[in-house]
This record gives sequence, C-alpha cells and structure tokens, in this order.
Amino acid sequence: MRWRSRLTPWLYIGPTLLILGAYLVYPTLSTLYLSFFDKRSENFVGLENYRWVFTSSAMHVAFRNNLLWIVLFTGLTVSLGLILAVMADRVRYESPVKSAIFLPMAISFVGAGVIWLFVYAYRPPDTPQIGLLNAIWTGLFRQEPVGWLQNRATSNFGLIAVGVWIWTGFCMVILSAAYKSIPRELLEAARVDGANEWQVFWRIIIPTMKPTLAVVTTTMIINVLKVFDIVYVMTNGNYGTEVIANRMYKEMFHFHNFGRASAIAVILLLAIIPVMMVNIRRFQEQEALR
Amino acid sequence: MASVTYEHVTKRFGDVIAVNDLNIHIEDGEFLVFVGPSGCGKTTSLRLLAGLEEVTEGNIYIGDRLVNDVPPKDRDIAMVFQSYALYPHMSVYDNMAFGLRLRKVPKKEIDRRVREAARILGIEELLDRKPKQLSGGQRQRVAVGRAIVRDPAVFLMDEPLSNLDAKLRVQARAEISKLHQRLGTTFIYVTHDQVEAMTMGTRIAVLNAGVLQQLDTPQNLYDYPTNLFVAGFIGSPAMNFFDATLVERDGKVHIDTGDFIVPIPDDRQETYRPHLGKEVVFGIRPEDVHDPEYAPPGIKRAPIEAMVTVTELMGNEVIVHLETDRFEFLGRFDPRTSATVGTRMTAVFDMDRMHLFDKETEKAIR
Repeated sequence: MRWRSRLTPWLYIGPTLLILGAYLVYPTLSTLYLSFFDKRSENFVGLENYRWVFTSSAMHVAFRNNLLWIVLFTGLTVSLGLILAVMADRVRYESPVKSAIFLPMAISFVGAGVIWLFVYAYRPPDTPQIGLLNAIWTGLFRQEPVGWLQNRATSNFGLIAVGVWIWTGFCMVILSAAYKSIPRELLEAARVDGANEWQVFWRIIIPTMKPTLAVVTTTMIINVLKVFDIVYVMTNGNYGTEVIANRMYKEMFHFHNFGRASAIAVILLLAIIPVMMVNIRRFQEQEALR
Repeated sequence: MASVTYEHVTKRFGDVIAVNDLNIHIEDGEFLVFVGPSGCGKTTSLRLLAGLEEVTEGNIYIGDRLVNDVPPKDRDIAMVFQSYALYPHMSVYDNMAFGLRLRKVPKKEIDRRVREAARILGIEELLDRKPKQLSGGQRQRVAVGRAIVRDPAVFLMDEPLSNLDAKLRVQARAEISKLHQRLGTTFIYVTHDQVEAMTMGTRIAVLNAGVLQQLDTPQNLYDYPTNLFVAGFIGSPAMNFFDATLVERDGKVHIDTGDFIVPIPDDRQETYRPHLGKEVVFGIRPEDVHDPEYAPPGIKRAPIEAMVTVTELMGNEVIVHLETDRFEFLGRFDPRTSATVGTRMTAVFDMDRMHLFDKETEKAIR
C-alpha cells in the first residue's frame, strides 16, 4: 500500500519526464559536454572554446550587434506597439488597422527577409533601381543609390527594421488587450481629478499596464537574443551584421566546429535564463493576483 | 460652491436621444437627485455636466460660466463613480492626493487635507493600503474622500451606493446626507433607487426616456405627481391604478371603473366636473387602502369589495393583494387585520388622497 502511493505520482509524471529528458535535458547536457572538446569532439580542450567566444573579433561583433538588437528592437517593438494600441483604440476602423499591422506576423521570417531584400535592393548608379527604398531615394531625393545592407553604417538598422516590422503587431495585440481591460471609469476619474491626456497616459495607463509591459518586454528580449533567420537570409552576418545565433550556425554547419558551436550555444542559454526567470516570476505574480 | 444650470440640453448618440431638452437650474448648496429607470438619461445628464460627454445641443453652466467646451479637469467638479474607479496601483493616501498633486497644491496642504478627509470618513487607518485590500464599504469611503479633498464647486455622484449591501447602503446614505450638510456644497446625485432619492434629495428630478418628468421636493413629488410615470415610479409599493370613466350620479361626479363606483370628495367636485365622461386613470397609494376596522378616523371612506389573494406580513404592516373582476391592487393594512387569503372582504379607500390622470395624455388632472 505504501509502495503504491509512492509509485503513483511517478507513473503520472513519468512519461513527461522521459520525453523532457530525451529532448531537453540530454541535449543540453550533451551540448555542455561537447563545448569542452575540440572541433571533432575528440580531445578535451578545457575552456579553450569559451576563451575563443570571449576573445575572437567575430564574436565581439556578434555580441555588440545583439546588444544593439536588444536596445533598438525591444525598445521600438514595445513602444510602437503601445502607441499603436492606444491610438488604434480611438479610431473607428480599429480592427482593419490592427489586422494590417499584425499581418507580418503571419509571414515566415525567411519570407519576410526575402521581401525586404527587394525593398533594400541596390543597383549601380544610372541603372533602374528595383529596390523600393533606392527608387524613392534616387527618384524623389535625387541622391546616389545606397547599398543599405552592404553599408556598415546602415546594415544593422536595416535588419532591425525588418524585425520591428514583424514583431510590432504582436506587441500591439497583447498591449491592446491589456489597455482595453483598463476600466474606462478609471481614466475618466483621472480626467475629472484634473489630469490632462498626457498625465492620464503616464500616471494611470502605464502603471496599470506595467505587468503586461514587463512580460512583453522580456519576451521580446528573449526573441532578440535568439535572432537568426532575418540575419541569415539577408546578410548572413556579412557587412558587420553578425549575431550570436548566426555565428553559432556558421561554426556548426560551415566550419563543422562542434566545440565552438556548443560553447556559443551554452553562452546563449546562460544569457536567456535570467530573462526567462523574470518572465516566469511575472506570470506567477499575475496568477497570484487573480 | 456654485449653482448649475442645464439650458435646453440635448444629447444624442447616433439616432438615440439620451437626454431631450433638459432644463434645470440647481441652486448653490442644493442636493439634487436625478432618478429614473435604467436608460432614462440620468447618468448621461451627470456625465454631460462632468464633461465626460459633449452636449449635442444646449448649454451647461457651472455658476455663471458656460462649460460646454471646458475639459473635465477645468470644471472644478469632483465625481464619485459607481465602480469607485480607485487607482489600483496607488495607496489610499495617493488616491486621495492625486488630484491635489496635479493641481500643484503644496505638500503640507495636501497632507493636511487628506488626513482631514480621512478623519471625517473614518478611514485614517487605511491610508497605506491599496484599494485591493479594502472592503466594498471602505472603497466607497475612499472614493468619497478622493472627491472631498478637492473641495470642488460641485460634487457629482453616480450611483455610489449601488455596490453596497442593503444594510451598509442605509448607513452610507445617512453619511452622505450628513456630509452634504457639513460641506454645504452643491451635490448632484444619480440613482435608480427612489428610496435613496426621497431620503437624500432636497429636490428630485425624475427622468424617463431622456425627458424630465417632474422636478420638485420629495414631498411634493410624492403628494402631487404630475403624471402617471412619476406616480408609478415614486413610492413603494407602487401606486394602484384603475382605468375608469368620470360619471355623474345624484348630481355629483363619481369614478366608475366598471367594477366599482366611488365618489369624488366635495372639495374636488368642481375641478373634475369639466372632465365628465372622459376616460381617466384613477390612482390610489397602497397606504391609502385600509382595512375598515383599523382605518384612521376622519378619512373619506369609499368601500370596495375584493378578494384577498396574497398577504405579506412585514411586521409593522401587512401588504395585502386584492382582486376585483378586472383589477388587482395592493393595500398596506394594519398588522391586526383579519384579511385571510381566499376570502372576500371590504377594503376602504381614503378618497382625500386619490389621484386622477387623463388616460390619453397621462397627465394629472388638477
């Protein structure tokens, strides 16, 4: 009888544990293990791969770019999403507007990358510009065409713009739901109390939406730490646009360096864990409030 | 402090007319209650005054100032909402101080006023709590507190008691009346509850379907309802109505309902004589329907034979449901009454307290 009551819970969670073990825990541990070995996973090299991750110039560029992505991409998606959510609420054609902004989310990142390659396309001067941006740039502003993705001054911003284009809709939808759940009377009470629209926004709307804003922000940070598809399709990390995940892919599948690729994977995992924990804690707080 | 004037105010939402040509002048220091069934335009009238809705036509004045285009924040009003609308992320203290801080009132002054209001309302020990940690009654007090610290020209209250339980509501009702006496500010109060309206208002505006039906003191509203709607809405249980015709018997005007004929008191004979033959609605309040044994002396009795269908003992009185061939009506009888369900009895009407309305226009005949 005692055995039985001890065994039952394990029977229930057993299958889940097994699957989690095979598809999550084992690969994680195996990656950690491989990160201490050389290119072909034959000789133990200690922390050599990690030394490379933190000292190579290629990885420095990747780290810098990821930081740029975190600041710009997260900042823009969340703030634009918030502004659009609040503004869309005030117009009659709200749902078509929101659908249009959300639409890029339905396109695969690779597809989006290809679409934007055409927007950024560059042709030598005095030939027809097939890229939308250069067509406007040369046609309307009478400027020399620019290689938006080839020019180091603009390449990263060009890629981040694509990411923002895709993800803003997602942020807007979540934030819009949070905005709509604020009771109208709360805003009216603030107006009667003497607040102008600006004060209502900063003192009532933002604080009330804070938990949702935090979840959306951390979700975007996790997204951006793993950014890969857009960079892979559009520049493959050339012209100073390398990011951590793309470098990992290169080490693994171009240079077949299992050790370095695994080390990058471990670093990426370690970087994401704290953000993830913030996110989970937020979710739990919200659950507790219910 | 200020008076409030609605001048031909109309509010339309698309094709729906929420408020139709409203004209009211509210004196400084008055406690005016807007009362009516849901959808009658009472809350809209209040929101128009608060500036939360724009008037379609007409003018609203606070004091002498035309406020049609003045935003809510500059109208010098404070409002208590039905849901209280406390800021959930702020403590009780901050909720009350919010409006003062926006107005750049000095910190010391804010502290003094918040504590003073908290003392008046008995919520001093709650100042550090968040709205979530408060009971319904406490939240209601904080909402009132948030309004009174502002020391506005006009207080607006939109059904502030409707989320409280019955016992608390009676208590809060008295407290708001006391507050009004203490502050002496103009109060405008919206409710669907005619008991609240009767007990609190210095004057009551009865609204129906966006139209002001009658604006008067509670007692006048009760004694001299201007039309069928007001007669039926004010008073609980509601006034009994009988479709009838005015007929002449032995040289005197009588009311003929088809089931019974009752005489009109002598002092009103000449008033009603011009309407002889007209279809009318005869109204009498349940408290003016008596058990003949316990009827007060000196009333003008008119006996009615009826069947007792239900009796509801309330302790201090019995609500008796009576039925004639065509009509059902209520009487508030002395608890000693011998009325028993399923038997016939003779009830008496106090004809001095009768009401008569034109059936077509629904207006009182006076």
